[in-house]
Amino acid sequence: MGEILQFLLSGLTSGAIYALIALGFTIIYNATEVINFAQGEFVMLGAMFMATFCAHGLPIPLAFTLAVALTALAGILVERLTIYPARNASPITLIIITIGLSILIKGLAMFMWGKNPLPVPSFIGEKPLRIGGATVVPQSILILAMAVIAVWAMEIFFQKTLTGKAMRACAANRLAARLLGIRVEPLVLLSFALSAALSALAGVIISPITFATYDMGTMLGLKGFSAAVLGGLTSSTGSVLGGFILGILESLAAGYLSSAYKDAAAFIILVLMLLLKPEGLFGKKEIKKL
Amino acid sequence: MKNHYFALTLLAGVLLGIGLFNKNDYYFNVLNILLLKGLIVVGLSLLMGYAGQVSLGHAAFYGLGAYTSGILTAKYGWSPLSALLAAQGVTLLAALIIGIPALRLKGHYLAMATLGFGVIVYVIFKEMIDLTGGPSGLVGIPPLELLGHTFLESRQYFFLFALILVLAILFALHLAHSPFGRALLALHDSEAATMALGYDTGRLKLIVFLISAALAGLAGSLYAHFAMFISPTSFTFLHSVKFVTMVVIGGVASLWGALLGAALLSVLPEILTVFEDYDVLVFGTILVAIMIFLPEGLFKGLGNLFYRLKKCKN
Amino acid sequence: MKRWLFVLLMAFFLVTSSSIWAAKPYKIGALFSITGPTSFIGEPERNTLVMLVDEINKAGGINGHPVEVVIYDTEGEETNAVKKVTKLIVQDKVLAIIGPSRTGTTLAVIPFVERYKVPLISCAAGIKIVEPVKAWVFKTAQSDRLAVKKIYAYCQAQGLKKIAIITVSNGFGQSGREQLKALAKDYGIEIVADELFGPKDVDMTPQLTRIRAKNPDAVICWGTNPGPAIVAKNMRQLGMKQQLFMSHGVASKRFIKLAGEAAEGIILPAGKILVAAQLPDTDPQKKLLLSYIERYKARYGEEPSAFGGHAYDAFLLLKHAFQKAGADRAKIREALENAKGIVGIHGVFNMSPTDHNGLDEKTAFVLVRIKDGDWQLIK
Repeated sequence: MGEILQFLLSGLTSGAIYALIALGFTIIYNATEVINFAQGEFVMLGAMFMATFCAHGLPIPLAFTLAVALTALAGILVERLTIYPARNASPITLIIITIGLSILIKGLAMFMWGKNPLPVPSFIGEKPLRIGGATVVPQSILILAMAVIAVWAMEIFFQKTLTGKAMRACAANRLAARLLGIRVEPLVLLSFALSAALSALAGVIISPITFATYDMGTMLGLKGFSAAVLGGLTSSTGSVLGGFILGILESLAAGYLSSAYKDAAAFIILVLMLLLKPEGLFGKKEIKKL
Repeated sequence: MKNHYFALTLLAGVLLGIGLFNKNDYYFNVLNILLLKGLIVVGLSLLMGYAGQVSLGHAAFYGLGAYTSGILTAKYGWSPLSALLAAQGVTLLAALIIGIPALRLKGHYLAMATLGFGVIVYVIFKEMIDLTGGPSGLVGIPPLELLGHTFLESRQYFFLFALILVLAILFALHLAHSPFGRALLALHDSEAATMALGYDTGRLKLIVFLISAALAGLAGSLYAHFAMFISPTSFTFLHSVKFVTMVVIGGVASLWGALLGAALLSVLPEILTVFEDYDVLVFGTILVAIMIFLPEGLFKGLGNLFYRLKKCKN
Repeated sequence: MKRWLFVLLMAFFLVTSSSIWAAKPYKIGALFSITGPTSFIGEPERNTLVMLVDEINKAGGINGHPVEVVIYDTEGEETNAVKKVTKLIVQDKVLAIIGPSRTGTTLAVIPFVERYKVPLISCAAGIKIVEPVKAWVFKTAQSDRLAVKKIYAYCQAQGLKKIAIITVSNGFGQSGREQLKALAKDYGIEIVADELFGPKDVDMTPQLTRIRAKNPDAVICWGTNPGPAIVAKNMRQLGMKQQLFMSHGVASKRFIKLAGEAAEGIILPAGKILVAAQLPDTDPQKKLLLSYIERYKARYGEEPSAFGGHAYDAFLLLKHAFQKAGADRAKIREALENAKGIVGIHGVFNMSPTDHNGLDEKTAFVLVRIKDGDWQLIK
């Protein structure tokens, strides 16, 4: 009993991280139809900024806020400097741009911070808590709580605010949104800022557990992408649930099957999903079978 | 078509010249790897330019070819040729399993499915240690042997690879200009219209996907014998991305563009070594800049530029 | 100011070089993973080699011949290593090659050095490099087998019989895992759990939970940063009290920094360079170790890592071979194969036709315990 609880808790922690990254993918995809392969780099930037500010002795809440804000700024810069000038190009061109960006950002990070992992202090102590037969570090609970709050805040933003509604309209039908007088460009910019901030949040809260390394983003990005596809790529609720499902399945696979194939688990789920239920768990059913 | 034949003859001539007069094995080895990348890129260009589909898992097909050939020759003593044929079978089977369901659907499902497939195959290469040698690689792959001739020198490999690439280009050009190719091109523009003309678009796409996977698998088999050692690090997701990038940088719509992209992306890192640690930065910047300023790729972009310059002069 | 001094020195060197160096230089090549994910291995190796070549040329070269070195970056990738090794052999016409840094890249270049008959001294640890013995291939890094033997001998002495292993799924972890499994029986040890983790994994509690259920006497973790630090932290978190052993892959201060509190009490095998000052004065390597650390620090402003030592040893062996054989690839190979009693950074090398590594576990490794954030030699 303690064992399965342990796996679930571990899965929820990774799942929360995947969920935040997946949400980032969805937001940008909805605004631009671009799969942003630099998404993982935003996670890394968040963690790196956090490590730097903590090393300079900034209090954790301040370091936290600065790290997320700076990464959001990086998201804005990325959109203005690369996506905006190429906005009329085909989606595949834009995707290649994001791949180039990911190489570029990773290279820059390697320069600024070096190649070694950087430690980040734990936010609220390291004394493990016992829940049932399982143990968990306080940081894991913090990760869960913060992810839930962030997702909930996003949901309110999309459902209640005018800007959020405009973004949803834009995602549903860009041309119609334009006809209604919604200006799409500022929304694209906003989507990059939001998406970068969410990913940075993921990076910041996980950094005390995993440390910050310049190349930590790629695998996290791919897993987040799998989670987003699992949830249907266009649905924000779907991608969040997709993230948690992926995290838990991965942890169960490592615990009960074989840790060797743990990394494959996420992608086996992704492929099976695409082959069996291509619209995702919660995606819109607009794909026509030809 | 005439222009294409001219270009192909030119390419074949240049390759023959290099093969006859170059004495430096280093150049041969660099070119050999470039020729194999060319082979992969030709297939991928057909898939992307004509069928309008993207594969983010071509490194996996490349790896399947390499590992099947490598395992069968190194561990089970098969002859390289029969192993190569078996590798083609394995690659095609894998492509069928992924392609049939993914290509029934509209949109970029193939891209996502191949991405997942690529990572899974990579993990298998890493974890099936008894078979693949695991992360530290597969040793003991014998050199290539065809019709009683053993390939021992880089120059011999060069002639073989060059011949195969020229044949592959010839095949791709013919395919593109056949009724089948025209149907594909129509498919790229409008899937509905092509269907209305009575074509089974899903099957068209599947056939092109199989061809491109087979070419990647072939390149893999050849690479395994040429290098005599393979390890999973050569077949990662990033390699798949690099292949797609080569095609897009050169220009999705053109076979020659794709080859240009392959050459550029292979040569660029060699030149960029003068930037030492900064080379990744320069590489990333160049990639982003090309895509922003020449979104249709280098081939067409440079062509347009040249055309405009000429007009200005007049 | 510093730059001017440098320019002046260079000018002086260029003017005088023609007269001093009438002899043709001994040209050697090197392949290191200077960039890419394994740059932490290649960078100190390059730095060390550059330093040694400078020093020896200032001291008059070998047999009156200056040494010229051509260094290429493999980025830790096999295809790149294959390209660069032929460049070294064919274009640069080097007499011998030092490197590559990784086991994978080394295995990739072996067919080529064997084909062109060029002596290679690898800086990688994998035992497959020298087993079976290949005529032209040598290596200086201690094989994982020696590290495993060191740990197992300690376990045996302490009566730890049931061992759980958790290894990273890359070349380093795989090689360690194979040796851990192969040697267990010789020391009366039973492996009760065999778990793996990915190099980029963020949480190892599922694997450790499985290990905890088996209740082993000790846990051995084999990997390079940052994974092992996460394992150490996760073990504390799960309340596991077993003795934790690590591999020499984390024998750097960086690991202690990452694992923090959780690093305390961990035991690992390490090259003597880690605890050079704590060695008894009778140790034949002590003087060399202290001098290397001092010279490296003076030039690069940081402590050398164990990896740099592998390049140091490779250069020492090559110097020995040049002194005996001169500029002849076949004779260099022969001299390398018969090199005896070469005192290096990571042990005393005694090569033979059946052993192209030439180290034993007595000199190659010491066991250290992490105490108060520092290394403590276990005597």
